Amino acid sequence: MSNFFEKSDLSRKEAESIISDTLQKCDDGELYLENSKAESILLDDNKIKNSSYNSDLGFGFRAISDEVVAYSHSNEISKNSLKQSSENLKSTLKSVKGTYNHEIPKSNKKYYDNINPIEQKSLNEKIKILNDVNDYLRSKGDKVKQVTANFLGEQKSVEIIRSGGETLSDVRPLVRFNVSVMVEKDGRKETGVYGVGGRQSYDSYLKDENWKSVCDEALRIASVNLESKPAPAGEMKVVLGPGWPAILIHEAVGHGLEGDFNRKKTSAFHNLMGQKVASEGVTIIDDGTIDKRRGSLTIDDEGTPTEKTVLIENGILKNFMQDRLNARLMKTRSTGSGRRENYRHIVLPRMRNTMMLSGKQTQEEMIKSVDKGIFAVSFGGGQVDITSGKFVFNCTEAYEIVDGKIGSPIKGATLIGDGPSILKEVSMVGNDMMMDPGIGTCGKAGQGVPVGVAQPSILIDKMTVGGTKL
Amino acid sequence: MVKDQEFLRKKSSYCLDLAKKLGATDSSVVVKNSVSETVNFRNKKLDEANRSDDLGISITTYIGKKKSSISSSNLLTDNLNILIEKCVETTKNTPEDEFNSLPDRDLLANEVKDLDLYDDSHIANDEKIDYLKKLEAAASNDKKIVNTESSFTQNKSNFVLANSEGFCDGYKTSSFTASSVTVAKDKKSMERDYEYSSKCFLKDLDDADELGKIAANQTIRKLSPKKIGSEKIAIIFDKRIAKGILSTFASAISSSAISRGTSFLKDKVNQKIFSDKINVFDEPDILKGLGSRNFDSEGVKTNTLKLVDQGILKHYLIDTYNGNKLNLKSNGRCGGTSNLYFENGNISFKDLLNSNSKSLYITETIGHGSNIVTGDYSVGATGFLIENGEFKYPINEITIAGNFKDMFQNITLANDLEFKYATNSPTMLIEGMVVAGK
Repeated sequence: MSNFFEKSDLSRKEAESIISDTLQKCDDGELYLENSKAESILLDDNKIKNSSYNSDLGFGFRAISDEVVAYSHSNEISKNSLKQSSENLKSTLKSVKGTYNHEIPKSNKKYYDNINPIEQKSLNEKIKILNDVNDYLRSKGDKVKQVTANFLGEQKSVEIIRSGGETLSDVRPLVRFNVSVMVEKDGRKETGVYGVGGRQSYDSYLKDENWKSVCDEALRIASVNLESKPAPAGEMKVVLGPGWPAILIHEAVGHGLEGDFNRKKTSAFHNLMGQKVASEGVTIIDDGTIDKRRGSLTIDDEGTPTEKTVLIENGILKNFMQDRLNARLMKTRSTGSGRRENYRHIVLPRMRNTMMLSGKQTQEEMIKSVDKGIFAVSFGGGQVDITSGKFVFNCTEAYEIVDGKIGSPIKGATLIGDGPSILKEVSMVGNDMMMDPGIGTCGKAGQGVPVGVAQPSILIDKMTVGGTKL
Repeated sequence: MVKDQEFLRKKSSYCLDLAKKLGATDSSVVVKNSVSETVNFRNKKLDEANRSDDLGISITTYIGKKKSSISSSNLLTDNLNILIEKCVETTKNTPEDEFNSLPDRDLLANEVKDLDLYDDSHIANDEKIDYLKKLEAAASNDKKIVNTESSFTQNKSNFVLANSEGFCDGYKTSSFTASSVTVAKDKKSMERDYEYSSKCFLKDLDDADELGKIAANQTIRKLSPKKIGSEKIAIIFDKRIAKGILSTFASAISSSAISRGTSFLKDKVNQKIFSDKINVFDEPDILKGLGSRNFDSEGVKTNTLKLVDQGILKHYLIDTYNGNKLNLKSNGRCGGTSNLYFENGNISFKDLLNSNSKSLYITETIGHGSNIVTGDYSVGATGFLIENGEFKYPINEITIAGNFKDMFQNITLANDLEFKYATNSPTMLIEGMVVAGK
């Protein structure tokens, strides 16, 4: 764990007294300290293109009075700097008359180990694996024209000091290993991308030459796309495979169920609490407590222990995801969903691991039931307009379905739908729920945070596919 | 206050000296400081005030053809000592890459012109609040507007870039940005839209009242959208979307995509990739330009480039590493383009709307549907149906798709270019794209 005050002219005691002085009569607030170490090692075009290391240190000081948030951050952990921040906060919140809410739930559970993944594997070992990846993929034939592979590792130590001196801390490891391969045949080029990751050591994912399966998957996707035909355009039935396609859940309903948009009534879901928003059999949770997953957190960035939050239960909207600010203003409790990219940013209610739970049907039944439609297996990314509720996601591996059978692969296309109504179009829920491989990053208000998704195969009766073939 | 040049120069020379002492044969360093103050309003009330003071350093060390880099926000000498030692150690253990090098000495910028990029004026939070009050009053005038959010940011930055070839330069920049996001509601729908203004000089910023009104009008006109059928149709891109198509073009001609062979525009220099009338410029020395600069992120002088001349691609965007690989000289585009724009076309906005009896006018796209390897394009879109030059009704929940190779050949531009962003385009018409709807 980091000792944030070790090399500073500011003692912990002095910091605590500035915090308590600044936050008295505020409704909430804290000093958030962060020390992160991150590495990136990249192989590209047959060479180690980049080996870089980042060390980031800073604090963010927040004071909240009613609905107003005052925030100030700096890289210098010093007496002057913290006092300057305190003055900034005080000058924003001129006349405060709140009562500081000291209550914060406690838990002893931990969802990952206190490790520094960067130091658990030497630079030479990492470089060797990247070179092996390159050789392995390029040995698969002339069609492989480009290979990119990288390691991203991080250890982030955070400490939250609240008014009165209560201190909460967490040390978060995170790794990711990615492979991208470009293939070419008859002048046509296509790419395939795959990766793995989570909150444990690199070796947990890559031992026993496990990296080969990551390479194989990237190459398989690229090769499938070489044979792809133009995608159809228009409304049709869509079968989504299990795992990563749950980006649909993340975009279509996840963002719309974040507390801030609902408090502000700018989400298409704000007046639908307790109502039916999905077909029977559809249950969606957001879970920060799954062991070592990319989206898991022992405590959120306000110090609240994370939990498993039921968002939609059997089709009925049950809960929004909340941070402390929005929970207080909506007269409910935080769900441990208050997150920030780093100390430079304010806390927002965010997703962790968003999952649709398994139902009873099989993927085979779903495909059999479709006369004309598409089967989408893998996705690149998505986006949502939370106000109109319209969302998109981009297929990176998909096939046409003709008369109940999987047909030719189709080119990457965007799928578009309407968040509040799409889950009512879900007519079958599979028994094959799967987590994603651990590579997702969610963006909101310019802040990226690591997240996870999971779902079983599902059949959607009507969705617009954005291909070029009419 | 943002840190001065002297402080930044001292830090940078300390790093270069230490790197050399520890065995680096070459090195480069960037030291930056950025101070911003933001005030956010929501529904006519103060919502958030945010001050940030960001200090950062990044160092790259070379030992022969070996290279590694580090970055940090902690500029204390103790920390720099540890990091530079680590950087040099890592460099020793990183395999050689024959294309690694600092830029050629004779390409480095030798004079720094004053491009009018820094405004010393300071707008206090209370004055920002006055501006936002005026803005929100204008934005929420119509009863259909149910939520307004607006923001005012002042940013002051300063930086120094130095390398072991003796280059050492930097300058201050400033920006003042105001934005308004409004939500409108009627019985059938709820919609959101925005307006935004960003300038180097405070006095050039758009009028608050005007900005709020535009945001509100753009949102209200989106209410009660319809979904249309799937068909092949002419598409008109609003300027704020058209500039994104120009950005995709820029990423497809970046020397890294070209040297890796992952761009649909590889080997297309001196070939016709756009229709005849299209000219594209990247002009770094526009006074007060949002993308203006004297040199690129390696210190290489940036001159104006006519990237596309009458439809013909003339240049890639080249940095030192990829230039070495492609056997081309850097043209000062490490870090991308500066002020990139399509030259005006020769028909008016009105004539562009009238050029087809039926077309779609796109004001927003969502999704990451641009593939620069294949040129395939497919995104979700929102906009309006145009018939005989008139805006008929709003549309949403559709996608538009095509391939850039064809799209570029079918572009017609209006003559309404303005410099609102760093990358700018006049209103753009592309024939023959496919809309997927009902």
